[in-house]
Amino acid sequence: MLPPILGVLFDGIAYGMLLFVLSVGLSVTLGLMNFVNLAHCAFAMIGGYVTVTLVNSYGWPFLATLPAAFIAAAVTSVVLERLLYRRLYRASDLDQVLLTIGLAFISVSVAAYFFGTLQQPVETPAMLRGSIEFLGLGLGKYRLFLIGVALMVTLALVIGLEYTRFGAKVRAAVDNQRMARGLGIDVDWTFATTFALGCGLAGLGGALAIEIVGLDPNFSFTYLVYVLIVVSVGGLGSIAGSFAAAMLIGISDIAGKYYVPELGAFLIYLVMVVVLMWKPAGLFGKR
Amino acid sequence: MSPPVTPVTPQSYLLARGRWHPLEIVFWLATLLPFVLFPNYLSLASQIAITALFALSLDIILGYAGVVSLGHAAFFGIGAYSAGLFSKYVWGEPFSGLLVAATLAGILGYATSFIIARFRHLPLIMITLGLGLLAHEVANSAHWLTGGSDGLQGVRTQPLFGVFRFDLYGKTAYAYSLGVLFIVFLCTRRLINSPFGLALRGIRENWNRMPAIGADSRAHIRKAYTIAAIIAGICGALLTQTTNSASLESISFQRSADVLVMLVLGGAGKLYGGLVGAAIFMVARDQFSGIAPQFWYFWIGVLLVAVVMFLPNGILGGLAKITARWRRPP
Repeated sequence: MLPPILGVLFDGIAYGMLLFVLSVGLSVTLGLMNFVNLAHCAFAMIGGYVTVTLVNSYGWPFLATLPAAFIAAAVTSVVLERLLYRRLYRASDLDQVLLTIGLAFISVSVAAYFFGTLQQPVETPAMLRGSIEFLGLGLGKYRLFLIGVALMVTLALVIGLEYTRFGAKVRAAVDNQRMARGLGIDVDWTFATTFALGCGLAGLGGALAIEIVGLDPNFSFTYLVYVLIVVSVGGLGSIAGSFAAAMLIGISDIAGKYYVPELGAFLIYLVMVVVLMWKPAGLFGKR
Repeated sequence: MSPPVTPVTPQSYLLARGRWHPLEIVFWLATLLPFVLFPNYLSLASQIAITALFALSLDIILGYAGVVSLGHAAFFGIGAYSAGLFSKYVWGEPFSGLLVAATLAGILGYATSFIIARFRHLPLIMITLGLGLLAHEVANSAHWLTGGSDGLQGVRTQPLFGVFRFDLYGKTAYAYSLGVLFIVFLCTRRLINSPFGLALRGIRENWNRMPAIGADSRAHIRKAYTIAAIIAGICGALLTQTTNSASLESISFQRSADVLVMLVLGGAGKLYGGLVGAAIFMVARDQFSGIAPQFWYFWIGVLLVAVVMFLPNGILGGLAKITARWRRPP
């Protein structure tokens, strides 16, 4: 058996990585356009269902479905962004909240209509099943894989945002949108692209999440809360912040469920409220 | 030549707003119709009256003061549980239960209002969401007190005024809920058409400017939030007393989201917006859930998107626009 503390830490880190992949897109788009997108997890759910369908009905290997999940979520987001979201960039918080809650409600019903309300199983390849022994710890292979993917995503994001021309435009637009427009940066286009990438990442996260937390039509709302917590605790538009917050929330959630199960999700809500009262812009947020 | 403009003083503006419109009297007379026309639907009518009152309480902070709350059900639930526990362990008289629920919800509302008044925009949305979820978790884990997910059992409400029993058909329940709704509505109407209500609208329009003209935004938000919490507590108590039970559903995120939908559907920032929205929402849910309960939220979602896109001020706002156009042809 695992020594409890290290084992809990490992599970918490893997869970935190999952939350990071799910939420980093929202963090960047929120920071960029201040658009409160409560339908973010609906895009994650699209990714999850694409993976489930391709694996179970078409016999694709699990790993090959991950890019498909990314692309499906990204394409859907582009369509919705052009049709609905972009009309509300200048609208109030309330209108944005209502539109996106509406989309999340629709996603729940559509998923229930096509896939039923049961948890969807997915078969992972043999090489990701079981666990390996390392220094006396039994580490789940899938969780190791998850951590690896999340680290790769982080690396790609950091390189993409810090060292490319596109990344420079995104950072400029997050820091000062008006100035960025003045310098001739097409902020709307930048936002549309970032939005698609962020939603694609959510789709990837949704596909990766099936094995850990399962997938049912309520995914849109169950994980929305976690994602919003990560984003608001980490600070808008900050990748490092999202990463730190995802770790904090992942580890405290798993540890809370492990050591004081009677508290339930109480602990992470408390963490969120306390952090926000201490620093309303999040741990790494800029004011 | 433009017609001479008569100066509008704040006093005359508020007085004009405070005058009763004939349509309002028709509206309130129409609320009595279910007694005659739909005697089998009185329990639904009583639910509608309670939900309408809940939407009205959200309207005070959201529609008038511009504070978006995703956790308003916390106060509803606190009212529901405190009224239930009061009648279970202390005394089943309904009005004292209402008073206890209102007091408790008010105290908690006042305590949290200090947090609420400090924040705006996204942090505010997140904090109200977090507080609402915290309240839900407390009610869920305090199984010994609230019954957890089984709900609070054994609530016994005594007859109203010691005479009218809460019957199966909901006649007393509807009369009771409607009476409370009307009284609280009158108070809210007075509040909204007072200088205080005007200050709230000012805060909604420009948070920074109001302190400059002598109205402290935070103090006003605190008061408004406390009042809204008290009314929400009363709604929760009404639901517990008319159904003789209190469940986790009364404190859930779903309820916070539903009431937001109703208010926006009817029209936020209008006294009758929440009332109309609640009536349409509840009747539609009652009808739809008979056909396909799991797809009810699909239509709610479509409706929300449509309202945001095409009817920014809700149904009442849309109607007002149409009648305005009809009166003054371009």
